[in-house]
Amino acid sequence: MENVVEADGLKKWFPVRRGLADIILRRPPKFIRAVDGVSFAIKRGEIFCLAGESGCGKTTTGRLILRLEEPTAGRILFKGVDITNLDGEELIEFRRKAQIIFQDPYESLNPHMRVIDIISEPLSIHKLAHNREEVIERVTKTLEDVALKPPEEFMYRYPHELSGGQRQRVAIARAIILQPEFIVADEPVSMLDMSIRAEILDLMLGIRDRYGIAYLFITHDLAVAKHICDRIAIMYLGKVVELGEATEVIDNPLHPYTKALTAAIPVPDPRVKIGEIPIKGEVPSPINPPSGCRFHPRCPYAMDICSKKEPGLKDVEKGRKVACHLYG
Amino acid sequence: MLLEVKDLRMYYEVGDGGFVKAVDSVSFNLDREEALGIVGESGCGKSSLAITILRILPSNARVLGGEVLLDGVDILRLDEHRLRKEVRWRKISMVFQGSMNALNPIIKVGDQIAEAIMLHEKVSKKDAYRRAEELLSLVGIDPSRVSSYPFELSGGQRQRVMIAMALALNPKVLIADEPTTALDVIVQAQTLKLIKELQSRLKLSLMLISHDISVVAEMSDKVAVMYAGKIVEYGPAVEVLLQPKHPYTTALLKSVPSIRESKRKLAYIPGVPPNLVNPPSGCRFHPRCPYAMDICREKEPNLKEVGEHHLAACHLYR
Repeated sequence: MENVVEADGLKKWFPVRRGLADIILRRPPKFIRAVDGVSFAIKRGEIFCLAGESGCGKTTTGRLILRLEEPTAGRILFKGVDITNLDGEELIEFRRKAQIIFQDPYESLNPHMRVIDIISEPLSIHKLAHNREEVIERVTKTLEDVALKPPEEFMYRYPHELSGGQRQRVAIARAIILQPEFIVADEPVSMLDMSIRAEILDLMLGIRDRYGIAYLFITHDLAVAKHICDRIAIMYLGKVVELGEATEVIDNPLHPYTKALTAAIPVPDPRVKIGEIPIKGEVPSPINPPSGCRFHPRCPYAMDICSKKEPGLKDVEKGRKVACHLYG
Repeated sequence: MLLEVKDLRMYYEVGDGGFVKAVDSVSFNLDREEALGIVGESGCGKSSLAITILRILPSNARVLGGEVLLDGVDILRLDEHRLRKEVRWRKISMVFQGSMNALNPIIKVGDQIAEAIMLHEKVSKKDAYRRAEELLSLVGIDPSRVSSYPFELSGGQRQRVMIAMALALNPKVLIADEPTTALDVIVQAQTLKLIKELQSRLKLSLMLISHDISVVAEMSDKVAVMYAGKIVEYGPAVEVLLQPKHPYTTALLKSVPSIRESKRKLAYIPGVPPNLVNPPSGCRFHPRCPYAMDICREKEPNLKEVGEHHLAACHLYR
């Protein structure tokens, strides 16, 4: 199947602000290695999940792919074309096809704008609607797509007149009105109550089925990921440590970090308790990540090689990649 | 029975003579060394319930009725001075969501714990410090960390400091309101294990408030499910979560994904929780309930026995 998006060795190092003493003493500049060599490909119509704990680089990766951040190194391909250095008209053309949904629908919608203006803003930015009738027509159809019905009832409301779930529908509507081929959804349901999360996820799946949109679904919640995503990449300290079919990776994790992560998740069954969490300590700083495998100081299986040589992300089974010296 | 809450009502005044009926005739018990989980979605009144018990309320809150019996004494009737001296911290303590960010950033954690102890007990600074060190090691932090500043600790460690502080005066009841919601999953698991361990070691009764059914399932002996200011289902955790009787509990459980079950389509509850200024008539869940009958619109259901120690407020059970 055709790849819509490819990340190839993506890196993003954010410079750490230097103090006067650092400059006088000519200390070398430091960097936060938020994303440090990440590669994956997302197929047409696929829901690809990036999961990991806070600070692992999943959000920055999403922003890099949309060119909302400039990568320090690496390439981004969109439908086979290198877009890493696009600018001007070509970049605008790309932005039409790749959209984003943010986590917090209370902050991502301008409170001074009505729903119709929020949803149609991309049309005016890209000069795709020629008159008011056309705007109303497109917005009406999009509101129907996100099941805000009847559309005329929602069109002239302000965000504060909507519930959290309805706001997130407006955010989705804004993202799909240009008929994109790819959407980055950054924790799209984390702010929502459990009982309405599934409704929004269902809507996103329906849109995928109808329009063949591929999603990069960024989440910290592996339980949601398992039920929604096709494939998943687990990130730790700026690197992908494991990648494969979502159900496979979660049911049968291979990397020691994925094992710990899945073991730590509680389940809604009072008879099943969280087992022993085999790993020690907390995530180290991304400024000076550990040598070799970044997970080695916390890993129960660490060997000599792990502190010396960084493991690459290697195929261990069909469609399954792991970055760990335990596997080959 | 250690803590008995009977028919507790607390409304927020919102102007124009309106009230948000945040806690509306809520009753439950907490036994010694028992863990009660209170689960519900945002706005269901679970946090309001906790702050009503401890009466740490904003100025527009009105406690309109009910009793909160602690060892048989109604602490709702105690004046503020006695409540502060005898109950808060000393008998009932609380850990809040994101409370790790409530530490003063420019004061060493040992000073902050010692200060809390000295406010409540006549002890020397030296003894308060020694106690702070003991408390830190109790929650699994190196006692030498008394001289650390909050920014030198991780989020998980700061939350442990807050737990240590809550335990400073050996309370009997710990109310934990979303204690792990701001934490990453591995740190959450470690913190939950710590709370459980402390509960059995210190013979604490735990009231755990969470929106996360899985966290409640992990920690609780008993579960109360709240919806729109009321407890709609209440009973042993295995009963409520495995054999739910109330349509809201059933629907909520279907919407929660589990990492241990095979991939499925997640269900959801249509509609949104009601506005508690003008809650629906009769059963507050009826506009979203797939089983709603005429009586549900007219008459409010009371909690009734639907199994052993298992109560549900639903007209389906009579």
